[in-house]
Amino acid sequence: MDIKRVDQIIEKYQGKDSALIQILLEIQNENHWLPKEALEKVSECLQVPLSKVMNTATFHKTFSLIPEGQHEIHICNGSSCHVRGAQRIIDTVVQATGTLPGETDENLRYSLKTTTCMGCCAAGPVMMVDGGYHNNMEPEKAEEIIKQSDKG
Amino acid sequence: MPILKSVFELEELRKKILSDKDRNIPCIAICGGTGCHNQGNQRLVQAFLNEVKIKKLQPRIHIRETGCQGFCEQGPMAVIFPQKICYVKVTVEDVPEIVAGVNNNKIIERLLYTNPSTGEKIIHEDDIPFYKNQTRFIGGDFNKIDPNSIEDYLATGGYSAFVKVLQMMTPEQVIGEVKKSNIRGRSGNGFAAGRKWEACLKAEAETKYIICNCHEGDPGAFVDRRMLEANPHGVIEGMLIGAFAMKATEGFIFVGDEFPLTVHNTETAIKQAEEFGLLGKNILGSELSFTVKVTIDGGNYVCGESTALTASMEGRVGEPIAKYDHATEHGLWAKPTDLNNLQTWANIPFILRKGADEYIKTGTERSKGTRSFSLSGAIRNTGIVEAPMGMPFRKIVYDIGGGPREGRKIKALQVGGPMGGFIPENQLDITVDFDELTKAGLTLGPGLIAIDDNACIVDMVKYFFAFLSNESCGKCTPCREGLRQMIKIMNRITEGKGKKADLELLEAIAKVQKSAALCALGKGASNTLLSALKNFREEFEAHIESKQCPAGVCKMPLPAAN
Amino acid sequence: MSEITLTIDNKTVKAREGMTIFEAAKNAGINIPTLCHHEKLKPYTACRICTVEIEERGRITLDTACSCPVENNMVVRTRSENIDNIRKTLLELMLSHAPDAPTLVELAKEYGADKNRFEKEPMFCILCGLCVRYCNEVKKKHALAFVERGTKREISFIPEIAAKECWDCKECFPLCPTEYLQATYVLMRALIDAPASNSNPGE
Repeated sequence: MDIKRVDQIIEKYQGKDSALIQILLEIQNENHWLPKEALEKVSECLQVPLSKVMNTATFHKTFSLIPEGQHEIHICNGSSCHVRGAQRIIDTVVQATGTLPGETDENLRYSLKTTTCMGCCAAGPVMMVDGGYHNNMEPEKAEEIIKQSDKG
Repeated sequence: MPILKSVFELEELRKKILSDKDRNIPCIAICGGTGCHNQGNQRLVQAFLNEVKIKKLQPRIHIRETGCQGFCEQGPMAVIFPQKICYVKVTVEDVPEIVAGVNNNKIIERLLYTNPSTGEKIIHEDDIPFYKNQTRFIGGDFNKIDPNSIEDYLATGGYSAFVKVLQMMTPEQVIGEVKKSNIRGRSGNGFAAGRKWEACLKAEAETKYIICNCHEGDPGAFVDRRMLEANPHGVIEGMLIGAFAMKATEGFIFVGDEFPLTVHNTETAIKQAEEFGLLGKNILGSELSFTVKVTIDGGNYVCGESTALTASMEGRVGEPIAKYDHATEHGLWAKPTDLNNLQTWANIPFILRKGADEYIKTGTERSKGTRSFSLSGAIRNTGIVEAPMGMPFRKIVYDIGGGPREGRKIKALQVGGPMGGFIPENQLDITVDFDELTKAGLTLGPGLIAIDDNACIVDMVKYFFAFLSNESCGKCTPCREGLRQMIKIMNRITEGKGKKADLELLEAIAKVQKSAALCALGKGASNTLLSALKNFREEFEAHIESKQCPAGVCKMPLPAAN
Repeated sequence: MSEITLTIDNKTVKAREGMTIFEAAKNAGINIPTLCHHEKLKPYTACRICTVEIEERGRITLDTACSCPVENNMVVRTRSENIDNIRKTLLELMLSHAPDAPTLVELAKEYGADKNRFEKEPMFCILCGLCVRYCNEVKKKHALAFVERGTKREISFIPEIAAKECWDCKECFPLCPTEYLQATYVLMRALIDAPASNSNPGE
């Protein structure tokens, strides 16, 4: 990530330490993960100890300290999707990608996350691949979508 | 748009909007809530706009993209005004026929909702059982409002409650009405909002904050965010009334990170309100100066707890802390702060517009008004349900929810999220009421998850423990270590390795968590377990003694061959 | 500051406004066990071992003595069947991580805690946070951090800072109730380049 961009984001919040989470959120949303250099820059500019930045970055679910894979997969495991069989989708995708939830595979092809509610309960189980929503999931469908994403 | 400098100017603008809008022009209102948005409703909206343009029907047919219209199971929906003809599961291919139908006053039968019990086709939205059985004080106008249009909100009477308050009431009188309405915390804790407001007004400080908590971390609960997304001006109006009553200077709307549409709609509404002079300095020429900002959270469930929320907003890590003074004296940045749930704020304009005396006609003795839920899980009709306090949950599940899916039976209704519990099917006559639920050991949270005979209650408890162990801040021993051990035990039970003493051990840990944990998450972590043991103990016993999962969910080892 | 009178274990105790129950009890010679408390640090309320019963205005609640401010006419009980059960269970949960830690073993004897009650997971750290908090609040070096959350929560050295600061400090080492801290430090030092120093690493 271009470190100048981190500077710009920090400046947008006037370097206020109370904006730590908001600043990290913007870096995460743009870069899809938080590189060490970015965390060190934020620590330096906000005058917040690196230990505190690390604590915040590892505490909140939204942040990732490992690079994201080529394909970002989010599977909803909220109560409603769970009751509708989300676990089978998760198990299928873990098999298909060789990645566990919360991790990126070693070839940086897939990043897999489970979320606690995407808010589309009527269409559950729901899976999002590279920003596109896939509804009413079944294990075979999920496997097919993963295969297709690799080709595309 | 020049800033409105007085109530008179606002009312003149409202009159102009109402007279400009030919109320008889057909309007096609297409649902654009997050759920439908994620199913590609943007293509649908564009298709409607294109069709109207191609057929040169622009001045005669208006297209409006609204927020969530509530009946998510049947979405995307298109409601035709003024008759409120309701078309369900609309696709891009249906668009030309719908537009032609609107133009020629023709109803398209195949797109109408079919009542599954009677086979009857229903034309008007208000006659559909899903809607008919609700009491929609707050959600009833959502399909009349484009969330990105302040004019739409003004046309439905928006900001008139604020005007009434500004012109005719004192802060004490506003608080009096809120207290009389007995509106209780819609997060589920049921604390009387009026008392909080009163305490905040009494606190003397130049800076005071009000927070709208739209964090909504319960998985399977999506109603708060949908309400904010569908009518952000309604929430801003509620906060303006609160700011007037408590003499607050700044407001914050705290939203979880995973809902970009909700954030977008809210920020657009705030900007519009500022442009119109409804936020900022000397609002409508009064002494009230008030601003509102959206704050996005890092996505953790525990940040819905008030001290963790405050910490998160102050840039500190979102962990609860022991607190011995009230937020209304020392809250955000040590200033007097009032924190209320989104739904509580959304009710305020209605209460002030109709008056508390009218509001309290609905509800039970100590729970007034309506409560909005998201209903989902193993049920026919998933969506947003606004029920009057006092309605039996049975009516919500069967009359509104349409009952279980094909060939299944309802086993229980899960209420109150991961710190809630289960209402077994034979106890569904319990009513929507804070105190009745508390008596039953439950919380009146926003999410209702229907569970059918395909689901395993033991598995559900394990699921909630896994959720909480990941969402707990991990600071205190009883919560963190208690959950760690409880998960080990639940894993054993669901893998067919459970022991008789396991249930006692779980209950022993639960007792210590309830007594000694630092915050509500820890104290409530075992609620679903205790509720499950109370109502479905036999399922646990089957897993432990017979090594069987009655619902066939848990992967038990096959019995050894004899 | 005004004087407060309260009762702790049937004994009338005088305290100053702003004191915690723990401080008032200590002054009166009443011992309340703690694990995450330190007089130089802000109350942290994580271990929950100092939980006591508090009776006020007819209501009985449970709270941590290290954080709860004293109030007039408060009636506090530092031992009871309920309190003892809470402490016993909390110790048993911690012993599942560090069954041989002397501090825990000693308390376990007093409360009848069984180190084998819960399934063991040899993490050793009981997350009392004394090390992190001491480094932040007293030394102000911030060489240690809490990372992650929930059951994955851990303490971690920040290698860049620890490499500069810890070798000549180590003031947090004696605070660790399970000696996990020392072990972690040695492991971390083995993984990074030590700064130029006359002492031998690993001592």
